[in-house]
Amino acid sequence: MSGLRTLLYKEVLRFWKVGFQTVAAPVLTALLYLLIFSHVLDSEVQVNSVRYAAFLIPGLVMMSVLQNAFANTSSSLIQSKVMGSVVFILLPPISYVEFYLAYVVAAMARGLMVGVGVLAVTGWFAPLTFVAPVWILVFAIIGGGIMGSLGMIAGIWADKFDQLSGFQNFLIMPLTMLSGVFYSIHSLPPFWQRVSHFNPVFYMIDGFRYGFFGVSDVAPATSLAVVSASFVVVALITLSMLRSGYKLRY
Amino acid sequence: MGVAVSIEQVVKRFGSLRALDGVSLEIAEGEFFGLLGPNGAGKTTLISCLAGLVRPDQGRLAVMGRDVRGDYREARRQLGVVPQELVFDPFFSVRETLRIQSGYFGIRHNDDWIDEILENLDLTSKANVNMRRLSGGMKRRVLVAQALVHKPPVIVLDEPTAGVDVELRQGLWQFVQRLNREGHTVILTTHYLEEAEALCGRIAMLKQGRVVALDTTSNLLARFAGHTLNLRLGGDRALPETLRARATQADGYFVFRLAGFNEIEPLLAAIRVAGCTIDDLRLTQADLEDVFVGVMQGAKVGEVVQ
Repeated sequence: MSGLRTLLYKEVLRFWKVGFQTVAAPVLTALLYLLIFSHVLDSEVQVNSVRYAAFLIPGLVMMSVLQNAFANTSSSLIQSKVMGSVVFILLPPISYVEFYLAYVVAAMARGLMVGVGVLAVTGWFAPLTFVAPVWILVFAIIGGGIMGSLGMIAGIWADKFDQLSGFQNFLIMPLTMLSGVFYSIHSLPPFWQRVSHFNPVFYMIDGFRYGFFGVSDVAPATSLAVVSASFVVVALITLSMLRSGYKLRY
Repeated sequence: MGVAVSIEQVVKRFGSLRALDGVSLEIAEGEFFGLLGPNGAGKTTLISCLAGLVRPDQGRLAVMGRDVRGDYREARRQLGVVPQELVFDPFFSVRETLRIQSGYFGIRHNDDWIDEILENLDLTSKANVNMRRLSGGMKRRVLVAQALVHKPPVIVLDEPTAGVDVELRQGLWQFVQRLNREGHTVILTTHYLEEAEALCGRIAMLKQGRVVALDTTSNLLARFAGHTLNLRLGGDRALPETLRARATQADGYFVFRLAGFNEIEPLLAAIRVAGCTIDDLRLTQADLEDVFVGVMQGAKVGEVVQ
């Protein structure tokens, strides 16, 4: 198990050493979103009887968790592939399961670290409640796991940085931005409400937010089921890619 | 002596290219083994198969009796590979890199051995320097150090001295020779034939994914014409046609291949009789380069190994 522990340590050390860019920067971005949107909308909008700024904060926290979990695995893998240093983890006796666990847990760690940072700086701007903290944690961890796995898939699949940024900009960004971070899907026209139900990120955000306010667009148990099932699916896809050596071992 | 590396009928195709076309080799424990061949001959592919970086389509490979696929964990513990490309992880210092690499092999508290490697590779003063700040030669040394952190019984060096200065090359070979004396099996691929000649006890030559020669270095050298006599003529008398037919010409010299030293006297006598004057004369021994060129041109080396 020591190979796993070292790889996990290395992956955490990697983002921690450039923490200004990997942790502080996304916290600042989330804060800017909050300042702008709450300035424009806080006095006019309430969602599920919650003030808009308060409604927005959990969404921003979860969005940061998800985007940074994705960024961690995908950037680490594409960098080590492009630079060739991926051989250092392919030569040692590390199994594909250990490989997967180390990367995904490191992605969760960065996601949670950024999430806590965003919560710490934005929490001052609106009264927050923590009705069900366990739900908050569970959704953050599973959400980070899903996005960390997707980041692995993207990082392994992409041969060049622009392919990765295509994956990020045309898949991950729309899925997260259109998931109800900034609005309740009940405010959408019926057609787009139905479309939103096919977006797994919607359930991650909605379940996560339930942990704060005890209200949500769909039942939290439903969200948990969808999110857990999504995690199983992406984990199995990632594991089978690693097992086959796709684009890693030729 | 046990078998350190066994390679049986390994085939690897990349699309329509057969990078390895049925390679079989056996390398004994403690050997210093050379793998030679032109670019694209399959040397790196073969090493990558051994290291599990490339999966062969057919055949079987084992390191110290451990199958590289079925028993990959043990097989990889037995093997230290110095990759050909100058790769590094830019986030870490030299010591961090080596500690992390040790951890991948399940070794903690490895600092005593790390210090020894650093000293032997003249890296001690760079231990806490970030990898990005090192020169190419220094990065190469770190690659060697990384391959050795887990004290592997089999060490593979894939063109380790490409682009490395003379001083490091000497130091590196001394260190690797010491490891070899201490019982490590060393497999070397190189373009520097004089290096292979000086270091390797046995050599396999690869061409287009096949082993075309496999023998001890001394047998390869002995089998391929022993000596050459190089002559440059002075004066204005040309070399008689009968002698000219026996020689090849290079850089203004006539080059005669000799089967033995007893051929020298009659040759010089014939030149004297023809009235030629000798301006310069050199006697040279065939080197691995001659063997290499000969084998690659499909010339007269005896054994061609399937």
